[in-house]
Amino acid sequence: MRRILALLLVCLMGTAGAQNPPPKDSRRSGFEDMGAATQAMQKDDALNPGMLWVQDGEALWKQPAGASGKACISCHAAAQSSMRGVAARYPAFDTGLGRPITLGQRINQCRLQHQQAALLRPESQELLGLEAYVALQSRGLPLAPSNDARLEPFRQRGQQLFAQRIGQLNLSCAQCHDGLPGKRLAGNVIPEAHPTGYPVYRLEWQAMGSLQRRMRGCMSGVRAEPFAYGAQELVELELYLKTRAKGMAMEAPGVRP
Amino acid sequence: MARTLINAPSAARRGEVIEIRATIGHPMETGFRAGEDGKVLPRNIIQTFSCRYNGELVFSAELFSAVSANPYIAFHTVATESGTLVLSWEGDNGFSQAESIQLAVTA
Amino acid sequence: MTQPMHPPALPRRRHILAGATGLAMGVLLRPASAAAGDLAVAVATYTRGAPVRAGKVKLDIAELVDNGNVVPITVTVDSPMTAADHVKSIAVFNEKNPQRDVARFTLGPRAGKASVSTRIRLATSQQLVAVAQMSDGSYWSHTVNVIVTLAACIEGEP
Repeated sequence: MRRILALLLVCLMGTAGAQNPPPKDSRRSGFEDMGAATQAMQKDDALNPGMLWVQDGEALWKQPAGASGKACISCHAAAQSSMRGVAARYPAFDTGLGRPITLGQRINQCRLQHQQAALLRPESQELLGLEAYVALQSRGLPLAPSNDARLEPFRQRGQQLFAQRIGQLNLSCAQCHDGLPGKRLAGNVIPEAHPTGYPVYRLEWQAMGSLQRRMRGCMSGVRAEPFAYGAQELVELELYLKTRAKGMAMEAPGVRP
Repeated sequence: MARTLINAPSAARRGEVIEIRATIGHPMETGFRAGEDGKVLPRNIIQTFSCRYNGELVFSAELFSAVSANPYIAFHTVATESGTLVLSWEGDNGFSQAESIQLAVTA
Repeated sequence: MTQPMHPPALPRRRHILAGATGLAMGVLLRPASAAAGDLAVAVATYTRGAPVRAGKVKLDIAELVDNGNVVPITVTVDSPMTAADHVKSIAVFNEKNPQRDVARFTLGPRAGKASVSTRIRLATSQQLVAVAQMSDGSYWSHTVNVIVTLAACIEGEP
């Protein structure tokens, strides 16, 4: 009897809900878990150290590179228009490679194929600068990972990786970030791990870094051998994380503890 | 040339107190940290910062290893007359850099 | 007439070893109060022994920092900043970093406002002191206790 009443109540609430606005997104960006001083660093471009890298990217955007003598601007014109929304939908499926690639990998592909320029090393000042500059053009836009059907098997593998226990500590990403967000690990608040701020100026690094660097750091933390930069697994994880954070506002360049 | 991020008003009224916020890209290697081989990495920090307003020193700072990498300094100065503010940083290994900003001061 | 008593000379190698061990032990066993004593010495050196009063200075810092590598601080001093009455300098000292000094700022009437900000490194939970030197020769300070936790995970090189 109680069960029927409960069911009835839920149905009634459901009907009432149809008239009301949709429930507030309960997902929390890592921004909300930070102290006021760190939040202030992110909110104000004059305080955000990530802007040093954005400046780099802005300059590199206009700088001819490689045998082509072309700069990004030669093909893409002003980044403010051509790159708007781009970072928000990466990783994207690359038809040539038959797999998803990250924004950083895409930038390097452009350099190789269209500029005939040398690849930029992962986590190099130049690559992070360009990533930060491009990501800035999506700031405030909702994360909109591509719903290209070809990405589906990679996305699923990313989800499996997220749930898989790894390392000597035998922990999975999901255990902390799905199971225990808001609680503390040593002195730090465990975030939900939404990649809304990348590339990010991380206080622990006192430098800018990519999501790949952050994930590798987590893997070291649980005493697992981290995947190499550019590894397929890291791309799949990013693809899954971006889907999981779909709709949340992009914050790049973010600041995080 | 290290990267800098300088935020200051381009114009002010005479007598107005303005805030200048400056960040410079620099590792600020403390001299207390060991590298991968276990040997202490030599200190490499910015030691002094100064602001000269039309040549006159209006603010300076002495920085130590306890200042974070990519050092940020915010300070104030009175807008007295139009001119140039030169921000300079000096440090270990002959590090020396200056950036100029213009200030238009109206009555 | 008695001969002055000299301790037997130690063999050179043992002497050095004893000295080195003594130094290491000294560092390890130094009580917390000694670190605070160092802080007092650092402040006294800055003020050349002049008395320091609590007040006028506000050292703004989070009570629990997000990360000890980058801690924003702002020091503000209550002063009209006129030629006759202004802050000449502000110095910030810490209790437990490898070195007591954090930063020193030189102001003067052209500053207009005695307020400086920067970002600092704190090795562990400790006391922080901001001392202001006024144009009349007086010194004022504000002492704050800050909680610093180490980052949860140890990462390798990037």
